[in-house]
Amino acid sequence: MTKKGLVKLGTIFPFLLLLLTGCTEKIEVLDPQGPVARSQYNLILWSFALVAIVLIVVFVAFTIILIRYRERPDNMDYEPPETQENSKLEIIWTVIPFLIVVALAIPTVQITYGLEKKPEQEPIRIQVVAADWKWIFKYPEQGIETVNYVHIPAGQPVEFQLDATENMNSFWVPKLGGQEYTMPGHTGYLVLQADKPGEYDGKSNNFTGEGFAHMKFKVIAQEPEDFDKWARETKATAPKLTDEKFQEIIKKGVLEERLTFSSTHDDSVIQSVHQYRKKSGESNGHQQH
Amino acid sequence: MRLDEFFVTGDPMIYAADVSIVLTIIAIVAVLTYFKKWKWLWTEWLTTVDHKKIGIMYILAALLMMFRGGVDGLLMRIQLAAPDMKFLESEHYNQIFTTHGTLMIIFMAMPFIFGMINIAMPLQIGARDVAYPWLNALSFWLFFAGAMLFNISFVIGGSPDAGWTSYTPLASIEHSPGVGQNYYLWGLQLSGIGSLASGINFMVTILRMRAPGMTLMKMPMFTWSVFITSIIIVYAFPILTVALALLTFDRMFGTHFFTVDGGGMPMMWLNLFWMWGHPEVYIVVLPAFGIFSEVVSTFSRRRLFGHHAMVMSMAAIAVLSFIVWVHHFFTMGAGPAVNSFFSISTMLIAVPTGVKIFNWLATMYKGRIRFTVPMLWTLAFIPNFVIGGVTGVMLAAAPADYQYHNSYFLVGHFHYVLIAGVVFGMIAGLYYWWPKFFGFKLNERQGKHGFWWFMIGFNLTFFPQYILGLMGMPRRIYMYTNADWSLLNMTSTIGAVMQGIGFLIICYNIYWSVRYAPRTNEADPWDGGRTLEWAIPSPVPYYNFSRVPEIKELDPVWYAKKRGEKLIDGPLEKIHMPSNSGVPFILGQIFFVFGFGFVFGWFWMVIPAFIAILLCMAWRSFDYDDGYYVNVEEIKEIEGV
Repeated sequence: MTKKGLVKLGTIFPFLLLLLTGCTEKIEVLDPQGPVARSQYNLILWSFALVAIVLIVVFVAFTIILIRYRERPDNMDYEPPETQENSKLEIIWTVIPFLIVVALAIPTVQITYGLEKKPEQEPIRIQVVAADWKWIFKYPEQGIETVNYVHIPAGQPVEFQLDATENMNSFWVPKLGGQEYTMPGHTGYLVLQADKPGEYDGKSNNFTGEGFAHMKFKVIAQEPEDFDKWARETKATAPKLTDEKFQEIIKKGVLEERLTFSSTHDDSVIQSVHQYRKKSGESNGHQQH
Repeated sequence: MRLDEFFVTGDPMIYAADVSIVLTIIAIVAVLTYFKKWKWLWTEWLTTVDHKKIGIMYILAALLMMFRGGVDGLLMRIQLAAPDMKFLESEHYNQIFTTHGTLMIIFMAMPFIFGMINIAMPLQIGARDVAYPWLNALSFWLFFAGAMLFNISFVIGGSPDAGWTSYTPLASIEHSPGVGQNYYLWGLQLSGIGSLASGINFMVTILRMRAPGMTLMKMPMFTWSVFITSIIIVYAFPILTVALALLTFDRMFGTHFFTVDGGGMPMMWLNLFWMWGHPEVYIVVLPAFGIFSEVVSTFSRRRLFGHHAMVMSMAAIAVLSFIVWVHHFFTMGAGPAVNSFFSISTMLIAVPTGVKIFNWLATMYKGRIRFTVPMLWTLAFIPNFVIGGVTGVMLAAAPADYQYHNSYFLVGHFHYVLIAGVVFGMIAGLYYWWPKFFGFKLNERQGKHGFWWFMIGFNLTFFPQYILGLMGMPRRIYMYTNADWSLLNMTSTIGAVMQGIGFLIICYNIYWSVRYAPRTNEADPWDGGRTLEWAIPSPVPYYNFSRVPEIKELDPVWYAKKRGEKLIDGPLEKIHMPSNSGVPFILGQIFFVFGFGFVFGWFWMVIPAFIAILLCMAWRSFDYDDGYYVNVEEIKEIEGV
C-alpha cells in the first residue's frame, strides 16, 4: 500500500500530460481568438497557477505522510505521540489560502468590471433570438436576417443583444468568449470580438428540451470590407422574410439548415409569442387529460 | 387520461422494466409468505422507532437508489461513448439524466447521510435513541413515499425530463405539459418534509440528550458535523418547500410565479432553488467530513488534530454556504457588483474546507496509519476531493465561469466533490460502523478490490470531462457529432463501467460477508475505537447503553482503555424505551397516495388522502402511549452479566 500515493499521482499524470500536449486548438477555451476570450483565458491560467500551489502542497504532503507513517510489521509497537493543539499552524494554513483567495479575487473583480465596460470602438449590434430549436440573427443596421449562422466583422467589437422566444438558453462561442443566458422577455448583452477572419463554433449551452443537442450555430468573421460586401449582397439577393415564414421558423421543432433573408422580423412578434401560446389554448394552467 | 398515457409505452426497455417490477413484487410476497415473515416484517421493521433499524433501512434504500442512479449514469455514458450514437433517443436520455441527478442527490445521498447519522450519532453521545423516535420513523416513511413516487414515474405517466434543477420556463406547464414534472415536485416535497423533521430531531437530540459530562466541546467530530448539518437543514429546507409549492401552483392552478407572461419571473425559480440547493450540497458533505474525522483518527491511532479549528471551520462553511448561491448562474447577467460579491464569497468557502484537509493530514502525521478498507476510502477522498475543490475555486472566478458554466468542466467539478466527498465518506462509514451493528467485519480483501475498481474508474470517468468542457462540450446533450470529443468520451465511459464493477464487488462483499464472515461480536473490532459506540456490545442491544457513562474527556473509550478503567459501570436500573408504532408507516403510504393523486390532478384521490392524513395526526395527538420499561433481568441476560 506504500504505492498508494504514487498510484494516485500516476493515475492523474497522463491526463495532465494530455492537457499540455498539442491539440490546443481543439481545446477551444484554451485557444482564445479574441480579446474577450483572451482576458478570460488569462484569468483561467492565473487561477490554475494559484490552485496548483494548493494541489502540489497537499499531494506532496499526503504522499510523504502515507509513506513515512504507514503501519509496517516493524513499527507495530510505535505508539503515536499525543496530539497537541497548535494555533500557529492553524493560523498559517488559514492565512495562506486566504491570501491565495485574495490574489485570485482582485483580478477576478477587475476583469468582471472590465468586461462590462462599453467597448472603446463603437460596436456593431446584432440581435440574437434563441428559439426552440434554432438560432436567429437579426442585423438591424444592415436590414438582413440569418438563421443558424452569423457573419461578423473581424477586429471590431460586436454587441449581441440576446433574447429568446420561450425557453432560457445560453449563447456560447468558446473561442471568442464566455456565454450568457438568453432569457425570454429580458434582453441580455454580450460583447464579443474576433481578432481575425475565421469560422468559430457556436453552441447552445442551457438545456431546453428535446432538440437541444441539435441547436448549434456558426460564427463567420470576415474582414470589415468583406462583411459589408456580404451584407449588401444579401440585402440585394436574398428572399424577404414574411411574417408567415417567420412564424414557421420559430415554431417548435429542430431546424438545422442555414437560412438567409433580406428583411428582418418585427420585434413585437417575439414579445407576443408566449401570449400566442396562451391564446391558442395550449397553456391554460391545467393538466391536459 | 388514456391508458397509453398512464402507462409509458413504445419502448422495449420500459416493458422489460414493467415485467421485472411485477416479478420482483411477486417474489417478495412469495418469499415473505413462504418463510412466514409477515409478522416479523411488521413488528421488527415497519413499526420500528429504533434509530438503529431506521438507519439500516435508510442505508439499504440509499444503496438501492445508488444502483438505479448508477445504471442511469451508465446508460448515459453508453449513449455518449461515441459520436452520433443511436442507443437512446433525446426524450429518453433527458428523462434518464434528470432521474440520475435527482436520485443521486435526493434519494441516495440524503438517505445515506440520514442512515449514518441515525445509526451512529445517538451512540456517540451516549443516548438511547433520538429525541423524537416516532418522528424519526415518520421521516423515513416520508422519504420512502417520495422515493417510491419518483421511482414509479418512468413506467407510469413518464419521468420528469427538465434536469434535476427543473429550471423554468422549461419546467412550467407550457413546456413540460405531462405529469413528469409533477412527480419531481411531489417526490421532493414529501421527502423534504421528512428531511426537515430529521434536522429538528437531530438538533434537539444533540442539544438535550448527551451523556452527563459531555459538553459540546467534548462531542465527537462526527456528532459535531451532524449538529451543524441539522442547523443548515432547518434553515435551507423551508426554501425548497416554498419553491416547490409555488411551481406546483403555477403548473396546477394557473398562477404566475415563474411563468414568462402574467408578471411571472422564471429567474426567481433559479434563485429560490439554489438558495436551497447550495446549502444542500453542504448538508450532504459535512456528515461525510465527520466520518472522515472519525476514521482518520482511529486508523492513525491519534486524536484528531485541531479539534477547535475543525468545529469552527464547519461553522464557517455552514454560514458561508448561504451566501454563495448566485455562483450557479453567474451568466444570468446580474451585473458586475453581484457577480463580484458571489465570486468572493464562493472563493472564501474554500478556506475553511482547506483548513480541514490540513488538519486531517496533521492527524496522520506521526501517526501509525493502518490501511483498512474504511481508511482507504478516506485516504482516497483527500487528493480527489481537493481536485474537485480547486476546480470549484477556478469556477468561482465569474469571468472564467462564463467559459466553464454548464459545460462538462462543471460536470467534472461537481462529480469530483460529490463522489469523492459524499460517496467515499458514506462507504467509509458503512465499512467502519458495519461490525458495530452486525457483529462481523465486511471482508477486507473483497472490500479492497471494490475500492480500487471504483476509485480508479471514478478518475477515468470524470477527469477527461474537465478537458471535454474546455473543448466546448455542453452538458445535458444526448448526442454529439464532434469527432474530436470521441477519445475522451470513450475513456469516460470505460471509467463508468469500472465504477459499476466496483459497486457490484461491494454488493458481493456485503452478500458474502453476511453469509460467511466469522461473527466475532467484538465491542471494539478495529482495536482502536475512541468514541462511545465502541464501548458497547456488537451488535448493539436495542436499548444501546445498559448504563449511561459519565464523560470526562474527548475520545473517552480510548483513554479509559489506556487507564484500564471501565467506562460503562455502576448499578443496573430499568430502562425507559419508546413503543413501536404503525402510524408512521401508514401515514407514509397515505402521503404516497396523496402525492400520486396530486401528480395526476385526481382531486378525488387527493382530498380523501388529505383527510386521512389529518385523522392520523389527530390519532397521534391523542396517543398517550408513553413507552415501556426494560427490566433489569432482561438487561442482565442481554449483557451476559
